[in-house]
Amino acid sequence: MSTNKTPQTLFEKIWQQHVVAAEPGNPTVLYIDLHLVHEVTSPQAFTGLRQKGLKVRHPGKTMATMDHGIPTTPPDVPITDELVIKQINQLETNCQEFGIPLHGIHSPNRGIVHVIGPELGLTQPGMTIVCGDSHTSTHGAFGTLAFGIGTSEVEHVLATQCLLQTKPQTYAVKVEGTLGQGVSAKDIILNLISRIGIGGGTGYVFEYLGSAIRALSMEERMTVCNMSIEGGARAGMIAPDEITFEYLAGRPAAPKGKAWETAINQWFALPTDDGATFDQEITIDANTLEPMITYGTNPGMGMPISGLIPDPDAIKDVSERQTLMKALQYMGLQAGQPLLGQPIDVVFLGSCTNSRLSDLRVAAQLVKGRKVAETVRFMVVPGSQQVKLQAEAEGLDKIFKEAGAEWREAGCSMCIAMNGDQLQPGQYAVSTSNRNFEGRQGKGGRTFLASPLTAVAAAVTGKVTDVRTLL
Amino acid sequence: MEKFTTLTATLVAIPTENIDTDQIIPARFLKVTDKAGLGDNLFCDWRYQADGTPKPDFVLNTERGKKAKILLAGDNFGCGSSREHAPWAIMGYGFQAVISTSFADIFRNNSLKLGLLPIAVDKETHLQLLSLVEEEPTTQISIDLQNQAVVLPDGRAVNFPIDNFSKTCILKGVDQLGYLQGHAAAIEAYEANHADRVNTLAR
Repeated sequence: MSTNKTPQTLFEKIWQQHVVAAEPGNPTVLYIDLHLVHEVTSPQAFTGLRQKGLKVRHPGKTMATMDHGIPTTPPDVPITDELVIKQINQLETNCQEFGIPLHGIHSPNRGIVHVIGPELGLTQPGMTIVCGDSHTSTHGAFGTLAFGIGTSEVEHVLATQCLLQTKPQTYAVKVEGTLGQGVSAKDIILNLISRIGIGGGTGYVFEYLGSAIRALSMEERMTVCNMSIEGGARAGMIAPDEITFEYLAGRPAAPKGKAWETAINQWFALPTDDGATFDQEITIDANTLEPMITYGTNPGMGMPISGLIPDPDAIKDVSERQTLMKALQYMGLQAGQPLLGQPIDVVFLGSCTNSRLSDLRVAAQLVKGRKVAETVRFMVVPGSQQVKLQAEAEGLDKIFKEAGAEWREAGCSMCIAMNGDQLQPGQYAVSTSNRNFEGRQGKGGRTFLASPLTAVAAAVTGKVTDVRTLL
Repeated sequence: MEKFTTLTATLVAIPTENIDTDQIIPARFLKVTDKAGLGDNLFCDWRYQADGTPKPDFVLNTERGKKAKILLAGDNFGCGSSREHAPWAIMGYGFQAVISTSFADIFRNNSLKLGLLPIAVDKETHLQLLSLVEEEPTTQISIDLQNQAVVLPDGRAVNFPIDNFSKTCILKGVDQLGYLQGHAAAIEAYEANHADRVNTLAR
């Protein structure tokens, strides 16, 4: 690389490579390499195409699956929700009519859209990736610019393979040091959000840097990038490296042979240059991180597991105080009290945040030889049918079932509670998913977000427990 | 998209901070294939009792709420998911603008594409609007998009930011897709120049 070039960040390089047109005073026309589609946020976009007489510009750069509303009951149990059936049928019709590849209800590759994109090798460094789903940020783990879009924008990408975008600012999240035993990628991201708040990253794209990030596996990196949106940032990215290439090599859609060599050379040029600057930055000390857990009704209301629930009276700002009071009232929790020991009704291990094979492995390892507490319903929902098959090949399903957990089919499940998997009013859950909003996991349900390890600790003890006491 | 130039209307306040899209329209109402009827379930879990009957004291269930065209909400409005069902529901109820101190990115983008105005004002103006609504619920304010101003009853005009492109589209009632389609030649040229990279999936 020439020495007189202005140092650029990973984000800036990818952005610049995808500018189709940039007229002064107007948003940039940005090229999109991969468009992921699912059954919930796409029907109205296809209707728009039909009304305007438009085609899908690049069906081959588009991939569809169904995940949000799909039941996680065994495949021989018929779907009874008429609305879900209608959305499934609609997606099948739309994909057929417009020539889009679909991993449908019976496909062995079906799964949560953000799990199967990487799994199939569709997600590759340097790409721009969009989907009508805010957790599209997950794909940033591969050094892609990936973000969620609305249905109008889904229509724009289907029709033109482009999006109108205003350039966001950049935010360096440096995580240095080594994670302690029982502390995981999920705890890094929950810690970040608890520090900057759920609006802290609004207008920015995160780049996660530092020794603790470099040490993470691809699946752990996906967990971190997944929740960028919970910090307000539409996208979060991690520069590709040998770990990325090793994950990708040989996957169905990954380049092969000479094309792989060419691709690797392009990908090596992507990481942020020395001397490149960010608009904002924060440093997290991995050495001092504890397992994290949320106590409130947004992902920013998190604390170390040994912490005390904050006291609204200690907050000066009136609206912030009211926000916390409202949250604690909904959660049925007392200010100043620990969360450790809080009885739990349900544990959910799943979602695009934590449903990959490595999540299931660490969970199974801790479950092995233990029993799920009698008062707890423990649901394990693999992120894709492929994850499910691999886990079964390793005997993880048996470990979970022997302990008393439910082993389900793949899907979004209780993360978004659209498919019948949901909390009952008032129930408490420890969930490995990404959102603890009021009613998110079922009307009146109360969610504590945590890592797979912390989730298992709650499942086997029946209460919020510091997993480090079980290791 | 409907044109939006000026609006003079009453407003209602739901001043909660960080109102997420799951509150605006809970996920169980996303099982639709069109946009119809979403307004009936706007803020569903705050608005209806467990048996489905409306809570009489929730502002959207009052005559005053039904007449209002402007929603005054707390900071960081629309955080959470990318569901466009959120602005569809807000518009379906009858709102044409939302005023807050800040908006989540995806919600703001979605709203601008539909012509629902996300108006960010400073905290002082926000507080003033909140007390106006509280003291005199029938107070009307005006929104002038051309001049990017909220005009208060005392005549004070408060400016709000909006990018010129979205502003022009909304003033004219033009769908943003047309601008992208106008770049067909540039898109083709880009694809020709980047054949080695943009065809990654086909390799």
